[in-house]
Amino acid sequence: MTQQEWPLWEVFIRSKQGLDHKHVGSLHAADAAMAVQNARDVYTRRLEGVSIWVVESKHIHASNPDDAEAFFDPAADKVYRHPTFYEVPDSIKHM
Amino acid sequence: MLTQDFTNATATSATEPSLLFPFVLQLADTSLILAHRLSEWCGHGPILEQDLAMANIALDLLGEARSYYQYAAELEGKGRTEDDLAYLRSAVEYRNPLLVEQPNGDFAHTVVRQFLFDNYHYHLLKALKDGPDTHLAGIAEKSFKEAAYHLKWSSEWIIRLGDGTAESWQRLDKAIAALWRFAGELTTPAPAETALQEIGVVPDYATLLPAMQAYAAQVLAEATVPEPTAVFAQQGGKIGRHSEHLGYLLSELQYMQRTYPGMTW
Amino acid sequence: METSEQVLSPEEQFQARIDADIRIEPKDWMPDAYRKTLIRQISQHAHSELVGMLPEGNWITRAPSLKRKSILLAKVQDEAGHGLYLYSAAETLGTTRDQMLADLHSGKAKYSSIFNYPTLSWADMGCVGWLVDGAAILNQVPLCRTSYGPYARAMVRVCKEESFHQRQGFEIMQTLCEGAPEQKAMAQEALNRWWWPTLMMFGPKDADSPNTEQSMKWRIKRFTNDELRQKFVDMMVPQAEFLGLTVPDEKVKWNEERQAYDFGEVNWDEFWAVVKGNGLCNHERLQARVSAHDEGAWVREAALAHAAKRAAKEAVAA
Repeated sequence: MTQQEWPLWEVFIRSKQGLDHKHVGSLHAADAAMAVQNARDVYTRRLEGVSIWVVESKHIHASNPDDAEAFFDPAADKVYRHPTFYEVPDSIKHM
Repeated sequence: MLTQDFTNATATSATEPSLLFPFVLQLADTSLILAHRLSEWCGHGPILEQDLAMANIALDLLGEARSYYQYAAELEGKGRTEDDLAYLRSAVEYRNPLLVEQPNGDFAHTVVRQFLFDNYHYHLLKALKDGPDTHLAGIAEKSFKEAAYHLKWSSEWIIRLGDGTAESWQRLDKAIAALWRFAGELTTPAPAETALQEIGVVPDYATLLPAMQAYAAQVLAEATVPEPTAVFAQQGGKIGRHSEHLGYLLSELQYMQRTYPGMTW
Repeated sequence: METSEQVLSPEEQFQARIDADIRIEPKDWMPDAYRKTLIRQISQHAHSELVGMLPEGNWITRAPSLKRKSILLAKVQDEAGHGLYLYSAAETLGTTRDQMLADLHSGKAKYSSIFNYPTLSWADMGCVGWLVDGAAILNQVPLCRTSYGPYARAMVRVCKEESFHQRQGFEIMQTLCEGAPEQKAMAQEALNRWWWPTLMMFGPKDADSPNTEQSMKWRIKRFTNDELRQKFVDMMVPQAEFLGLTVPDEKVKWNEERQAYDFGEVNWDEFWAVVKGNGLCNHERLQARVSAHDEGAWVREAALAHAAKRAAKEAVAA
């Protein structure tokens, strides 16, 4: 039997309550339960987290860098989406 | 029976220190020896992720051992330190049960040894953390959380190996046959434990057994391996009668302290 | 249509991004040579962490106190973690950990030669932490700003964790030097053995390191071997003096003009002999890794088989 490698998983950790889960790296595990435990053993040895997500790497779909201009540049000229675009009279508070 | 003379009692403990001392020492020796065995895997595990997992368990146990040794030293009140207790006692003075000194063998042996220990440890700590000795209860409280994780780790590996491939099933079955005979000692009270059970400081092990047995049966069933029946329970470690393995382990563990006595490291 | 002279080639665009300190990410276009060089460099680094567990692991069971035992075990465990972060970074370049391990086991891939020296006394744990990790940190800190994103991020994590490693090594040395005469002698003896091999860790002299220029251009190397070696000597000689130890090199002398220490020539014959597999421990280090991997095969297989069975059961239940 040819040895097959354990699948690769991406690990996301919430460092403290109230924050988003953040990508911290990856690891190998045979199944999801093991991936969570391995993530705990590998990525939280110094109290780095309070919650763990894992997702098998093959399930991640990413945007293509070649599309980056078409994807992201159009947002660059929409300054009206930002609050600083608007002038508010000094006498108006709390806006 | 508990004497009413508390003049030697420490501030944290109302139990006669001389009664408590051998039991705390037994807990310390047990955690240390198992940690030592697990640390032998470091750098040699079946996959990097599991190297990290086993080192984590070893580090937890080592931390527990230190807490117990420090408490034991305090109970004894003779000025010995945690290192004196760990490094300067001979094999016949060690009080760990036989199970934890057994060699690592293959991964299945390590997992079975860990599972038997974790199942006992988890249930023991669950009771000890609510016990009357506050210092001991404090250590148990912290260790209990660690033991819960260890038990999860070893249970899942029992299941994976049992319900894995034909080879892993056979190896697991073999490891169970080799190690199950050391499980009985864990819950057979030694004199030091009986004395404390009589005054309610240590739980009656008979009360722990139903939950332990039910849990083991459930895990083995999931692992599709038969539970051994009519196993002869080996005894002796807790009264200092060890297998031959402990001497070698201690000669390594104690090498530096024995070769260079009285130095600071 | 624009003429080809006016359009930057992919290579030129790539180099322009690197020059502007823009990180390269896994799905970005990159020259094949960049990818290959990085895979080689990162996996070599990962292998060094993995093999590096062995010389220190050798003393976990003999550590002289419970405190030292805990620290050493945690440190060696960190090295497993660092190996894992680095293998993961290399995997983003399209290789697999299995492939990298196969290359290590076949002898095709290299790891740091320092780990082919034996650890013979407890003071070696001091020297490995103080000198070897000290040298590694000099190499690694600049890599936190390396051009390849996943590598840089892995190095940030490694460096953060590594900072305790060198300190614990120095503390071991300091305790020995302040201890009994036997302890101080143990420290000096270990320094005598580790000093020169540590200087070799920075690699051949710049003149004999043909890839340095390209690697620096790609910012996967940020200082030359000789620059780092000099930095190391300048850092370590005063520390050895503080400990009351003597660096085993008669030529070590402060050079006022250069504002740096002069030092003797590394024995390059020894360096190349160890690189080529003739160090005292080359054979057993590699064999230990091969055995761990081979003996673990049935465990990894069992876990996969179980995962497949469980998935099948869940599919039926669903």
